Amino acid sequence: MSELASESMTRRASAADRVVIVGASLAGLRTAEALRQAGFGGRLTLIGDEPHEPYDRPPLSKTVLSGWLGTDQVLLPRIRDLHAEWLLGVPATGLDLAAREVRLADGRAVGFDRVVIATGAGARPWSDPAEAALRGVHLLRGRDDADLLRADLTELAEPTESGDGRVLVIGGGFTGSEVASSCRNLGLSVTVTQRGTAPLASALGGLVGSVIGMRQRARGIDLRLRTTVRRLEGDASGRLRRAWLSDGTALDARVAVVAAGSVRNTGWLRGSGLVAGEQGVSCDAACRALDARDTVVDGVYVAGDVARWRHPRFDTGPVSFEHWGNAIEQAQTVAHNMMSEEIRENDALPAFWSDQFGLNIKSVGMPAIADQVVLTQGSFEHGPFVAAYGLAGVTVGAVAVNSPRVLDGYAALITERAPFPPAVNATDSPASLVPVDPRTPYPATGLVNSTGAPVAALASVQEGKS
Amino acid sequence: MRIVVDLNRCQSYGQCVFAAPEVFRFRGDESLEYDHVPGVASDAAVRRAALACPVQAITLGAATEEIPLAEAAHR
Repeated sequence: MSELASESMTRRASAADRVVIVGASLAGLRTAEALRQAGFGGRLTLIGDEPHEPYDRPPLSKTVLSGWLGTDQVLLPRIRDLHAEWLLGVPATGLDLAAREVRLADGRAVGFDRVVIATGAGARPWSDPAEAALRGVHLLRGRDDADLLRADLTELAEPTESGDGRVLVIGGGFTGSEVASSCRNLGLSVTVTQRGTAPLASALGGLVGSVIGMRQRARGIDLRLRTTVRRLEGDASGRLRRAWLSDGTALDARVAVVAAGSVRNTGWLRGSGLVAGEQGVSCDAACRALDARDTVVDGVYVAGDVARWRHPRFDTGPVSFEHWGNAIEQAQTVAHNMMSEEIRENDALPAFWSDQFGLNIKSVGMPAIADQVVLTQGSFEHGPFVAAYGLAGVTVGAVAVNSPRVLDGYAALITERAPFPPAVNATDSPASLVPVDPRTPYPATGLVNSTGAPVAALASVQEGKS
Repeated sequence: MRIVVDLNRCQSYGQCVFAAPEVFRFRGDESLEYDHVPGVASDAAVRRAALACPVQAITLGAATEEIPLAEAAHR
């Protein structure tokens, strides 16, 4: 930890200091709260590009799209008064570290002693601007996006003589899958295109992703794997009419949701001297910005989706965690490290959840880096299940489907770097644990175990369980 | 009142659904859904729900200040 101590950085923020937080969503708000909780008495400013007070994003693709909640019913609570200045509805356009100023789109400059970068991520836009501008083509990131999409879906759900109201979801990641689920809840027909071999594969691997895919199909989703959208075609009025797919076929759809991943909001940092790009802003595990030589940049902190860092518990390169919990943990880390002379790293286990198609999917650790996966509880075929993930013989992650109460035990295994496959002897565990390549879809191409030998079927393993 | 539930921490015990069914509900067997901004009439039930949560996943808002949305920013 000695490397972490540099004289200026360990000076506590004082009442004479001005802290500016760029980004007024979950990470920015929680950083402000944590700073005040830690006793910061100086001037505090939050800058946000949206003209809304902080709100919770996860419900947008679920309860909001399904129609239960309006976007004014997902506002985030504030745990205390902040006595902060709020500059909302104006994006930051520049960071001048020499002048200690954040530049805003309206021409103003906001001075700071310390700055927190919490600008999050945006939805990756459709590549063709003219096609993206067709009415009926949507992105989903903010509450305004959700209002627009919700209105279109409501209209689509009304019976008309034009017949089938189909929604095309481009991309089978978490946002795309949750949007598809909400559309099914509205009674709409849904096609999902996914470039890879399974939905959710980049986070959960192809095996578990394909199991989720089976469940999505059972709920009526037309899931097109290894398929991309080549072109979106409008009618004479500029309304989406159909999509042309990579297999040469056309699909009629009045609404399309582009859910092709995200891009970290770092354009405003160009020329700042920070290491910032589409993948995030480079920082250390203590949430302190790093320059190109991996040296801590004085007084600059990074939190939330935009932070790109090396998690101290895992042997991987730097990554960003676009997780709700990560925003909160990093907010606390930033506040602590601003207000304490002892620098603390954030080593909380990554965790996230998704709710879709009646499935509660919860993950802990880093399933995405695994080289093996094993079914440890339940069944891939139906009902709840848990899969554990290993890397080089160490348990690094777990995914629980409709099994939220078992995950703490797996978190403990990951924390103690338990050997993989872990010793799990639950009453619903298979008779023997058969690790396989996490990328291999289930069950179409036949599973192979770690030695390369085919695994006939996991179902036969499960038949032997007690 | 405003509330937020840490759905990483939530283990779907459902005590909140019993305490304040107009605010919390399940979709499917394990997916908790809730209104972040329940009306004043639900305040007492929401407080009971937060106390009853076995994993203490529910955070209640306690701020009294308004965020000045329309106010012109000043330096």
